[in-house]
Amino acid sequence: MSTDAQEPELQPEEGRPSPLSRRTFIAATGTATGVAVAAGVTGSGTRPVSATEDVASELADGTTSRVSFLLNGRRQSLVVDNRASLLDLLRERLDLTGTKKGCDAGACGACTVHVDGRRVNACLTFAARLDGAQVTTIEGLTPDGDLHPLQRAFIEQDALQCGFCTPGQIMSGVACIREGHTGSPEEIREWMSGNICRCGCYVKIVRAVAQTATGGR
Amino acid sequence: MTPQPAPQPARQPQATVGTPRSRVDGRLKVTGQARFAADHGPADGIDGIVHAVLVDATIGRGRITGIDTRAALAAPDVLTVIHHGNAPRLPYRDNSFPDSIHPPGERLRAFQDDHVRFFGQPVAVVVATTLEAARHAARLVEATYDAEPPQLDLVTAPAHEPDVYTRGDAAAALASAPVQLEMTYRMGRNHHNAMEPHAIVARWDGDRLTVWEKTQWVADPRNELAAVFGIAQAAVRCYSRFVGGAFGNSGRTWVHSVAAALAARELRRPVKLVLSRRQLYFGIGFRPAYEYGVRLGSERDGRLTAVVHDVRGETSRYERHSDDLALGRMLYDTPHFRQDVRLVPLDVNTPTWMRGPGWSTTATALETSLDELAHELGIDPIELRIRNEPADDPATGQPFSTRRLHECYTTGMREFGWHRRSSRPRAVREGDWLIGMGMAAGAYPAESAPAQAHARLGADGTVVVRSASSDMGPGTTTSMAQVAADALGLPMWSVQFQLGDSTMPPAPVHALAWTMASVGSAVQATCDRLRRKAVALAVGDDRSPLHGVPADEVVVRRGWLHARADPRRGETYQQLLARNGRTHLEAVGGYEPPEEIRYSMYAYSAIFAEVAVDARLGIVRVRRMLGVFDAGRIVNPKLADSQAHGGMIGGLGQALLEHTVTDPRDGRILNANLADYLVPTNADAADIRAIYIEGVDNEAAPIGVKGLGEVVQVGVAPAIANAVFNATGRRVRDLPITPEALLMPR
Repeated sequence: MSTDAQEPELQPEEGRPSPLSRRTFIAATGTATGVAVAAGVTGSGTRPVSATEDVASELADGTTSRVSFLLNGRRQSLVVDNRASLLDLLRERLDLTGTKKGCDAGACGACTVHVDGRRVNACLTFAARLDGAQVTTIEGLTPDGDLHPLQRAFIEQDALQCGFCTPGQIMSGVACIREGHTGSPEEIREWMSGNICRCGCYVKIVRAVAQTATGGR
Repeated sequence: MTPQPAPQPARQPQATVGTPRSRVDGRLKVTGQARFAADHGPADGIDGIVHAVLVDATIGRGRITGIDTRAALAAPDVLTVIHHGNAPRLPYRDNSFPDSIHPPGERLRAFQDDHVRFFGQPVAVVVATTLEAARHAARLVEATYDAEPPQLDLVTAPAHEPDVYTRGDAAAALASAPVQLEMTYRMGRNHHNAMEPHAIVARWDGDRLTVWEKTQWVADPRNELAAVFGIAQAAVRCYSRFVGGAFGNSGRTWVHSVAAALAARELRRPVKLVLSRRQLYFGIGFRPAYEYGVRLGSERDGRLTAVVHDVRGETSRYERHSDDLALGRMLYDTPHFRQDVRLVPLDVNTPTWMRGPGWSTTATALETSLDELAHELGIDPIELRIRNEPADDPATGQPFSTRRLHECYTTGMREFGWHRRSSRPRAVREGDWLIGMGMAAGAYPAESAPAQAHARLGADGTVVVRSASSDMGPGTTTSMAQVAADALGLPMWSVQFQLGDSTMPPAPVHALAWTMASVGSAVQATCDRLRRKAVALAVGDDRSPLHGVPADEVVVRRGWLHARADPRRGETYQQLLARNGRTHLEAVGGYEPPEEIRYSMYAYSAIFAEVAVDARLGIVRVRRMLGVFDAGRIVNPKLADSQAHGGMIGGLGQALLEHTVTDPRDGRILNANLADYLVPTNADAADIRAIYIEGVDNEAAPIGVKGLGEVVQVGVAPAIANAVFNATGRRVRDLPITPEALLMPR
């Protein structure tokens, strides 16, 4: 299994509907555990049941799929294990270790990335479902390597301690701001509650998100 | 006529210590570039990593009768399955304190026999070329067992002989006390649940082992793995630059690290092993559950005459983990005191320290019992505490180095609006919500341990300081750079502090709130020595503007060495080194705690909480929390605040959310995940604030600190519990206080 091609492709494909629609995303996350168990029991490379026709092409061996997607603006064309999560693909094959594995069960938010502009848990997203998707990780949050205003706000407010949940908090916070869920500290708290910070930086995380949402005022 | 005081050496101005600085590794952390144990791989020159997954026992106690690995080995990409039937016998040299922090007993060994000591104990490790394949194959390993019923009941299981502390005659004093109270508190088992799961990458190069390990003490994996594999400590190197939270669970090296190193040795390939979140509930330690009996005797005016603590705490059958439960001996002026602590060996993994270890446990019992006494007597809880404030340490008779607990109370009362609290419970209501306020006090020992550091000043005027400490989140990398910068008279940006490598000068375990006192004092001593070397070079150099100035009269500011009396007379480090043809100057130094401890030294907390309890649903919301801390000198208020928030939120979890539920039949933890074992989320943390009582404690440490990381959680849970009582009139003596407990008919 190797990276077939990795060419810069900064512009997303115009007009093409995202195959990872909300409906299929829920289907994918909803079946993640069950499929993993089924694969574990039968050992036959059970393939997730697709809810769309856009799903990646299954290869002849029945246990892998070819997917092509934009990762941080670059085209990735890969053959992936059907059991692989987006999180493990990022971390173990593409060496993008900024996205963290905290629970591998969608309960902590440490693996939050953006798929087609929406925040998702990479641990609950099958890599095989990514064909045609646009994925942004903490490494690709800003195209030029500058800090995003929310990253600056995290440093300024000291909204982190150990830093392990921080990439997920920031990806979640950027989406939270984009979604407009920043009307009050209470609203931010509610919409940032999918990201656990065991060091307990919540008060400062809310401050950092609020500061960024209001343009630093 | 007073004698002329001896001239004092020039004191370095404190330009960065005490100021709110942003953490120096913030950029690495917010960009995802900080590399934690499991992040290590090709980018670090570790190629060809293979993945290990543990297979866990599914019985609570017994023997393994067979392990069928055929299906696992037949699965694609699987390299090996190691278990007690095929694992080599490992030397397992003794590795006891001080080379390790193993508790007394026999440590758990990796695949050396057929014994199952607890549910979830690793019985095999599967290695494959991909993580997906290893995880799959781990499910294909079929282990069979001869199971026995495990002993899991803290209350009924036979206990070890008690550890007894006594002063005065508590039984007699209690019997004759005008006011007597007797309560039993129960505290559920807490799991650290640091966001970073335990992880290790292990690689052998011939007979040398390198590990990238999650640890609070890089010396421990080195010493333990050297002992297990029967090699020299110098043959093992441990890196741990970033630690994704730990809170005590990474002090000792757990058995999975041995499994990974063993697999790497057998396969001659680097192995990565990451525990699953579920495995973290079985494979590493936890804050033990306690049953904590308290009997109080007092005068009518609230002065305590007798206190008796009867404690049962869980440990494993193969090791004796004991927390330090000494808070009750020193917090109040109690002439007659007796404490019996019984460890109860159960068929569980060995517990370990968790934030505020022991002290937060005792605080829950002691501080709730004080609240009960205050209510019984109709005395304000703070007034009751002030009436029992000791003049000297009641346990040792020693004077306190500093004890500003009274100021913590008065500051907290003012800042929190304590006067708005109704002394009558269940008196304040807002719609469905019952509102209450509570408070509690706490303390934690201000201890220190030997530490060393190395500092190197380069020709470009920048400095690298190194010590084998660790930084699990408090910001050690930042605060040490602050101490070094002031000692050397440099701006912070030209000083770098490095840690997390076992070949660096030794530091103690990054725990017990003693890193600042220990490593901080070592860094200061080392950098003072380095500065004095530079000054000596300058004043002895006839080409230096400082030639002939007494060395004690030279200070350094922003890299400019100058005469104290004449700031223009001086030069930079760069000029000094260049003129003398030096590429660098370096110094090693260290800190040793004094042999004789003459003072009673503690950090103190006073915690205030306001809660709202839904009168119909029993839901508890913490509306406000204030922590007032006497922790000596605060090196970085910005980072200190983060630590304090974290401790208070940890205490909120202890009070209201966190406990494991165990199946009594087999020891299976039923809520071994973050959806069912509840930890505080952002929505649980509203208005949280910390205040520090100004002060320096030079008895506790040369740099004046008393330690902050532990005391910030001591007293939080009882403050919340006391607020719940004030809101509802219901005294719940079991933690966590769940809605079910509050809904139970009286």
